[in-house]
Amino acid sequence: MHPLFLFLSFVALLSALGVVFAKNPVHSVLFLILTFFSLSGHYLLLNAQFLAAVNIIVYAGAIMVLFLFVIMFLNLNVDTEPHKPALAKIAAAVAGGSLLLILVAALKDVLPTGVATGTAFNSQIGMVDQLGLKLYTDFLLPFELASVLFLIAMVGAVMLGKRETGERNF
Amino acid sequence: MLELPALGWQSIVIFVVFALSLLIATYCTYAERVIAAFLQDRVGPDRAGPFGLLQPLADAVKMFTKEEFFPGGANKALFVVGPCLAMITALMSSAVIPFGNTMSFGNNAFFLQGIEVNIGMLWIFGVVSLGVYGVMIGGWASNNKFSLLGAVRAASQNISYELAMGMSLIAVLMISGTLSLREITLQQSVAGEWQMWNIVKQPIGFIIFLVCAFAETNRTPFDLPECETELVGGYHTEYSSMKLGLYLFSEYVNIFVVSAVMSVLYFGGFNFPFQYELRDWFVNSQGWELDSAQNLITILGTVGLFLKIFAFIFFFMWVRWTLPRFRYDQLMRLGWTILIPLAVFNIVLTGGLILFGVI
Repeated sequence: MHPLFLFLSFVALLSALGVVFAKNPVHSVLFLILTFFSLSGHYLLLNAQFLAAVNIIVYAGAIMVLFLFVIMFLNLNVDTEPHKPALAKIAAAVAGGSLLLILVAALKDVLPTGVATGTAFNSQIGMVDQLGLKLYTDFLLPFELASVLFLIAMVGAVMLGKRETGERNF
Repeated sequence: MLELPALGWQSIVIFVVFALSLLIATYCTYAERVIAAFLQDRVGPDRAGPFGLLQPLADAVKMFTKEEFFPGGANKALFVVGPCLAMITALMSSAVIPFGNTMSFGNNAFFLQGIEVNIGMLWIFGVVSLGVYGVMIGGWASNNKFSLLGAVRAASQNISYELAMGMSLIAVLMISGTLSLREITLQQSVAGEWQMWNIVKQPIGFIIFLVCAFAETNRTPFDLPECETELVGGYHTEYSSMKLGLYLFSEYVNIFVVSAVMSVLYFGGFNFPFQYELRDWFVNSQGWELDSAQNLITILGTVGLFLKIFAFIFFFMWVRWTLPRFRYDQLMRLGWTILIPLAVFNIVLTGGLILFGVI
């Protein structure tokens, strides 16, 4: 296996564990950002440059900033952390465990396609122009609908931010 | 056997780009003071060395030798990580900027650019969007309400202005059809054609980008995260010695990088008028070889790009010492209710102009 792949997988798994085990919610968020970075590294190894960059821009650059923003405001610390009852903890463990069991049972016999059938891997598949061609030919309608949805969301945000006439300048 | 991709000439270029970013940022601190003094009719720094040219060195010595202070209750690890992140993200973005065209010596040809990737613009945008982490983490880790308020302001300001910035970039993408900064530069000047710089095709987009650049680099009139009249010192209230120095320094590196990006995207990058005519004149009338003529043009182009960059840096400083600071609600209103609709309008306008073949 490629040494970079091993390194990135190691970082990804370790920081993903860090997200769950970190006591401090801010540390958790920072570990999650590190996880996103190692995932972007994996995308780069697969020659999917566009996906790697967009993953950084959207998840690490925007969504996690908002996460961090909210968590800083909440000011969670050891004293204010709500302690859940034991019953809830046991229920969560049982539910999570059975989900893991089902996933393992469902995926244990799955063969990886592509590798098994011997089809050649197209190394250009993740390039921007390839992706754009795909989006604008085979997936034109869903793509346009999604973009309209985003535009509506943006207009909504602007409308909410706009001051009503007669409202005070706080 | 794992081969290292960028050894030889390219590694020298990378090193020079790195050193130049730092050097220019260093002298930006000096330039800022001199320009401030000029605009306010003062003398400015003139004690250290001739014309005060050694002032940045004196500042560095001062920063390094000051007491390192850790506020009580601060998160020590993150308190140190904050300024480091700010500096790293500031330096990362200069990697993909094409500082010059091709240099060729015999069979060796290399670009005057750190790395040439076909997602250069996305790289810049991604790194810029990460820049806020240094400020946020540092501000939160200080365990100080003013720092926290500064950090939160920085976060919301950056996210708000990233939207408009991204959409002004999309309009550039629509006319260039590529994400590679090198390709975008080369398209702005084609031999034998009358080709305009992007500023002519994208005046609205440029103004949006310029305003957003001020907000993203936390410069006056949008330096609300470090607004001293309301927040003491903003996110770096608790910082001292070189950790504070890194924050201040990363701001200048950011200004340098964003000036370079603006020059590349809108002002032709390393192109200058009549470059092909000049090259042909050297080849035809002076009997130069094509390679050496091209190398000369490349060097002149790099000098030209740096002149453009310095002009933008001067503009940043000029604005800082001319305009007063915005109020926070004004900043948000400008971002969300003026710049974003304007950017959407610009995209539609650009699409229409492309459709009817005007640009």
